[in-house]
Amino acid sequence: MKKYSIFALIKNAYTYHENWQKAWRDPEPKKEYDAIIIGGGGHGLATAFYLAKKHSMKNIAVVEKGWIGGGNTGRNTTIIRSNYLWDASAGLYDHALKIWEGLSQELNYNVMFSQRGVMNLAHNLQDVRDLKRRTHANRLNGIDAVWLNTNEVKKFCPIINTSPNIRYPVLGGTLQRRAGTARHDAVAWGYARGADAMGVDIIQNCEVKGIRRNGDRVEGIETTKGFIKTKKIGVVAAGHSSIIANMVDLKLPLESKPLQALVSEPVKPIIDTVVMSNAVHAYVSQSDKGELVIGAGTDAYISYTQRGSHDVVEGTLKAILELYPIFSRMKMLRQWGGIVDICPDASPIISKTHIKGLYFNCGWGTGGFKATPGSGDLFAHTIANDEPHKLNADFNINRFVSGDLVDEHGAAAVAH
Amino acid sequence: MSKNLRITNNNFIDQTSRISFKFDGKTLYGFKGDTLASALLANNIHLVGRSFKYHRPRGIMTCGSEEPNAILQIGNDSSMTEPNTRATEIELYEGLEASSQNCWPSVNFDIGAINNFFSPLIPAAFYYKTFMWPANFWKLYEYFIRKSAGLGRSPTEPDKDIYDHRYLHCDVLIVGGGISGIMAAKTAAKNNLNTVLIDDKNILGGTTLFQQNECFKINNSYSNEWLKKEIETLNSFNNLTIKTRTTLAAYHSYNYLLARENLTDHLDLKDKKDKIRQRLWKIRAKKVIIATGAMERPLIFDNNDRPGIFLSSSIKKYIDFYGVKCGQKISLFTNNDSAYETAISLNNRGVSVNSVVDIRDKTNSLIVKQVEKLGIKIHWKSSVINTNGYKKINCIEIMKLSDDGTAAVGKKINEECDCLGISGGWTPRVHLFTQSGGKLKFRDEDNVFLPDKSELSQISIGSCNGDFELDEVVKNSVNLTNKFLNVNNNDYENLEIIASKEIDKKNIWLLPSDKPLGKTKPFLDFQNDSTANDIKLALREGFKSIEHVKRYTTTGMATDQGKLSNMHALGIIAETAGVKMGELGTTTFRPPYTPLTFGAIVGRNVGEFFDITRKTPIHDWHVKNKAEFENVGQWKRAWYYPRSNENMHEAVQRESKAARDSAGILDASTLGKIDIQGTDASEFLNRVYTNAWSKLEIGKCRYGLMLNEDGMVYDDGVTTRLSENHYLMTTTTGGAANVLSKMEDYLQTEWPELDVYLTSVTDHYATVSICGPNSKKILSKVIPNLDLSDKKFPHMSFKNALIDNIKCRVMRISFTGEHSYEINIQSSYGKSTWEKCIDAGKEFNITPYGTETMHLLRAEKGFIIAGQDTDGTMTPVDLQMDWIISKKKYDFIGKRSLYRSDTIREDRKQLVGLLTDDPKEILEEGAQIVSETNKQPIEMLGHVTSSYFSPNLNKSIALAVLKNGKKLKGQKMIVPMKDKKINVTVTDTIFLDKENKRLNA
Amino acid sequence: MFLINCPYCGERDQSEFSAGGEAHIERPKQPTELSDDQWAEFLFMRKNIKGIQYERWNHTHGCRKWFNMVRDTSNDKIHAVYKMGEKPPVK
Repeated sequence: MKKYSIFALIKNAYTYHENWQKAWRDPEPKKEYDAIIIGGGGHGLATAFYLAKKHSMKNIAVVEKGWIGGGNTGRNTTIIRSNYLWDASAGLYDHALKIWEGLSQELNYNVMFSQRGVMNLAHNLQDVRDLKRRTHANRLNGIDAVWLNTNEVKKFCPIINTSPNIRYPVLGGTLQRRAGTARHDAVAWGYARGADAMGVDIIQNCEVKGIRRNGDRVEGIETTKGFIKTKKIGVVAAGHSSIIANMVDLKLPLESKPLQALVSEPVKPIIDTVVMSNAVHAYVSQSDKGELVIGAGTDAYISYTQRGSHDVVEGTLKAILELYPIFSRMKMLRQWGGIVDICPDASPIISKTHIKGLYFNCGWGTGGFKATPGSGDLFAHTIANDEPHKLNADFNINRFVSGDLVDEHGAAAVAH
Repeated sequence: MSKNLRITNNNFIDQTSRISFKFDGKTLYGFKGDTLASALLANNIHLVGRSFKYHRPRGIMTCGSEEPNAILQIGNDSSMTEPNTRATEIELYEGLEASSQNCWPSVNFDIGAINNFFSPLIPAAFYYKTFMWPANFWKLYEYFIRKSAGLGRSPTEPDKDIYDHRYLHCDVLIVGGGISGIMAAKTAAKNNLNTVLIDDKNILGGTTLFQQNECFKINNSYSNEWLKKEIETLNSFNNLTIKTRTTLAAYHSYNYLLARENLTDHLDLKDKKDKIRQRLWKIRAKKVIIATGAMERPLIFDNNDRPGIFLSSSIKKYIDFYGVKCGQKISLFTNNDSAYETAISLNNRGVSVNSVVDIRDKTNSLIVKQVEKLGIKIHWKSSVINTNGYKKINCIEIMKLSDDGTAAVGKKINEECDCLGISGGWTPRVHLFTQSGGKLKFRDEDNVFLPDKSELSQISIGSCNGDFELDEVVKNSVNLTNKFLNVNNNDYENLEIIASKEIDKKNIWLLPSDKPLGKTKPFLDFQNDSTANDIKLALREGFKSIEHVKRYTTTGMATDQGKLSNMHALGIIAETAGVKMGELGTTTFRPPYTPLTFGAIVGRNVGEFFDITRKTPIHDWHVKNKAEFENVGQWKRAWYYPRSNENMHEAVQRESKAARDSAGILDASTLGKIDIQGTDASEFLNRVYTNAWSKLEIGKCRYGLMLNEDGMVYDDGVTTRLSENHYLMTTTTGGAANVLSKMEDYLQTEWPELDVYLTSVTDHYATVSICGPNSKKILSKVIPNLDLSDKKFPHMSFKNALIDNIKCRVMRISFTGEHSYEINIQSSYGKSTWEKCIDAGKEFNITPYGTETMHLLRAEKGFIIAGQDTDGTMTPVDLQMDWIISKKKYDFIGKRSLYRSDTIREDRKQLVGLLTDDPKEILEEGAQIVSETNKQPIEMLGHVTSSYFSPNLNKSIALAVLKNGKKLKGQKMIVPMKDKKINVTVTDTIFLDKENKRLNA
Repeated sequence: MFLINCPYCGERDQSEFSAGGEAHIERPKQPTELSDDQWAEFLFMRKNIKGIQYERWNHTHGCRKWFNMVRDTSNDKIHAVYKMGEKPPVK
């Protein structure tokens, strides 16, 4: 892999950029791999990257039915934070955050991780209790979240309407300064380039049609490019996880629902942090390009169409104007939808299954992007060692049987 | 105004009414009917903006919504300014102030243009490859990137304008008022269908409206004259609604469409005030006819972005419609016949056309012959390979094309010009069709994507359906419309149509240059500055999918959303990668079609209409008595009643003490109330609550706990048996709606055999709660003939009573642990009943108290608040409320979940009391509890759920959940705060009156 | 925005309805007889089908009745609605 740098740019400028190397190859699938990752999103590519980097598994493939990074990786609002309530989640998301902090260098690909802080606002007394509880838990878990009163909220983000006379006044909020945003596409591309350089085959336009089993073991996958043999399959198919699971008669506690987002036309910097509000459901940040990036909510019905209902968008912008009345003349440039796989406890599954060699990483719901590096790292560990890392042990499938859920409804961005 | 740029014989511009406006601070003049763009051009202003990345000078390029360059800031007022407005769409009005964006200090001299010099260093996506060292410098790099990015400025004060929503239901919606749309509208209206025709312009007619050309005639009239008559006939239909200045923004499933009507944007500044600015129409149409026309494509060659370069059809519209000359010496460059229409229009208006450069071999269509007849030079099989002029084009370079079209050959000709019209063919506007979920097909002969299959009741007609020739447009539109509407309108049969037909087609996505590609700048996406080279770079680097290339190069992601650039991007990708365009597919067109203000989307749901506010019938009294309010769900609840200078703590202390010492009064009207009737009502309660209900005597009340099916506490409240088959259930304030819908769900779907009826009566009754040792005395004054003796009216029972002949229900129940009554009375008597109680209680110093005091009082008694002391992870056992789980009942909602391996664990988090070692120290709700702070990581054992200073106990008290809490009573724990550690002792949850003596005091 | 044909009220806008997930998952009549696994299956595990799905809807802001719907989750096309307790129409 040729290194990217300002010097490389200068050098290539002399040859009109004719000589840049391919970011990744476009290989045909081999007959057999030591492990296959189903799903070429950020999590899947990160899994392959860490399998190769940390577990010396080089003979692996990522199969993707469309194009890499084309699912939720390329459709989310790119918020990264780790201010979760329970120890298990805090451990998981902060593990990811720590990797984010050095990711551009690790990948030699600028993922533009921008630690501009994330604020979560409280609008009623129970919000205040819940957010304070989370802040106390975060502090003891070594996560840098602090409580801000209304004036401090206003100071940190002056454009928020903190008037006590609005329908649901801002009663305070929490701030995690290490949190922020990153460039979503770059994450997929950076991991793909890094994994490819270590020999990982990234096979796009290859849809999985079936999983071949021998008794309680997996033997390989049937794809639109033929059968590929393998002993280990890591499924990271997000909204489509249940479809893969159904191939082996496995039922998952998931529902795939539409989640929408939108951006405004680009403007000069107006908001330089990320502000989230669960109670009135509005979250907003501004991209490096100048667009306001706004996350809407989920619809309650299952759908694989990547389209949601207009009411959700209207409801979101209503809340945006409640908190930022100055944005009324801003214009929505583009809206889109993704398919999010939601677990009943709003926490993910990173787990072995009862079928040997079959692993699932799913259920990230509306907030998977922030976990990408950590999720990949821990899932790689789980696949390589056939047992979970201690940081993802609690996120097993069996918790839905035992009742030992990791209930993060309060910390999830979108009310699930 | 340069007079010679405006021609006089024009039907569409009222040259008698002059309008003044400002551009970049300079006062200019235009006429009524102008767009900002046409007025600027009439003033010979071409340079209006700078591009996003290289800050290259850019001019007006189009006349419509696809405009990539003329994106201006409108207005200076900090609340009313609007960024990124297309000069080509905004109608000129008196007082309009516009300024160019993304340039400093001015559009004429822009420091950022230095980027153009560095352009070899900053190809597509260069930022992914650099700015990584040193690692912590990204913040600094990003600061500068952000500053240079963005286009216009956001307003900084709240918008003063009003926006509105309306619903519209119709049989047929026709989008687009061009020739096809007008014929379709007439057909639908004639056949008595409730028809709506919308068009984004201020006048119907589309491009045919100004098509006055010998080559295009209908029934021996110019096509514009014929159409004008057709438009006039539309006025006779009462069942036809025409909406101009209305843009179809989004086409959702099930023929649900959103259209934005501009109501004041065209009005003079002084006339805009207090009027609705924009209205969003929410349309449900039985049938939709899309007649949105087509967009002209540019041509892609070196330096094709200079000010003075227009789409050729725009030059035609500026001269034919606005009467404005885009130049004095105009050259045209085309790959199809439409530029010849422009040549004829210009010639007719006395503007000299230098030449037409056509990449095709000589072709002999009617219109080409006419141009030849006019003596205009045509460079066949040639290409413009470069342009010159920094802030305005002044010269084009023309060369012959090789036979295969890949090279520029022969002698270079320089042709002076001050304007260049380019035409790369036409792209059907299929955006709405694809938004609706329709699938596209590709037509190879002219490289267009066309509507194919759709699940919805809709058709596309006219050029958006790929018909570009006048006779075909008419014939096919009529046939398709008749078939779709299942009618037979023969108005348009036997029309005599003269139409020049295009004979030869040729297309080259990226035109050759005499220079190596790397040295050229053939722009695709003018606003985002992405070139053909960028596309090729992406492909070289392994980005194959169109979505990848788009994202890597940002092509098509500017404010025009790729209207101009998409097809060429696809074409160049297909060509470079050796794939057929039809197989490559296209990117998804996402709503909205053109950017839509947040204001229009939100409509009137702002400010006080953001969410409904629920107020109790006693609300006004609370306001009058200076209560502070708390939002609980949508309810406003009195929080506390400060007297004179009291702060919240002082007020709550006073209220709490009064309630226990003498009497307190609380407005409990917000509690959810559900009326339950039916012969199986008792059985129903058995199933939804954890405890047993069959044996509850008539006239008695019982506390119930409701679980989710996962075994976790969901809601609680007191339910009263009013008669054999009649109960009144109360729920928490926030939980009422959910409890009702959950119970309905079980009733209708799991237990349809039960004879039970549920009705929400929350709003029907006001609830006045009186508590304290003197409550009985007060109630006896309010309802003198009710026997309040403990024997006749014991705790947890209810009586029907009359207050001034008004029926009410009185429950003797208590959430404070005090002797307490709740009067439920018809809402309209709520306030008078409350006042009656206040009057009766005066001698006992009856004290109104709010939710904060209520919370304090119940905490003294260890009563939980569902949602505060529970968080969806607590079972009744965890709450130490084992007593409420019936052992006898076979089943109830959530029962099975209580016996899972995790829920039966004995060391789960359990509800406990906490006392601080320092009785004055009040714990913070939400604070965590640990047993030791020395070991890392610190293990969190639980958290404080409720915490107060109790004036009745004169110490602070708290409820908390604590791991294994049941067994830890008496143990010391630590509550570690940021700046200190608070020592606490685990206690029982009941702090006051463990023996419940006060209930009967 | 779907147009939903409530079996009791007729065609109404989606905004009047709320979705209730997969249909025909009957609450076990004897939950106590079930293993933890079987109970979890009822409680949490879902087919989450891409394609024809039988699902529950409630006309929340209308007649408040629950009913069933046959909808293709891959394109949101509604194929049928039927009342609770009625047999689902054959595919």
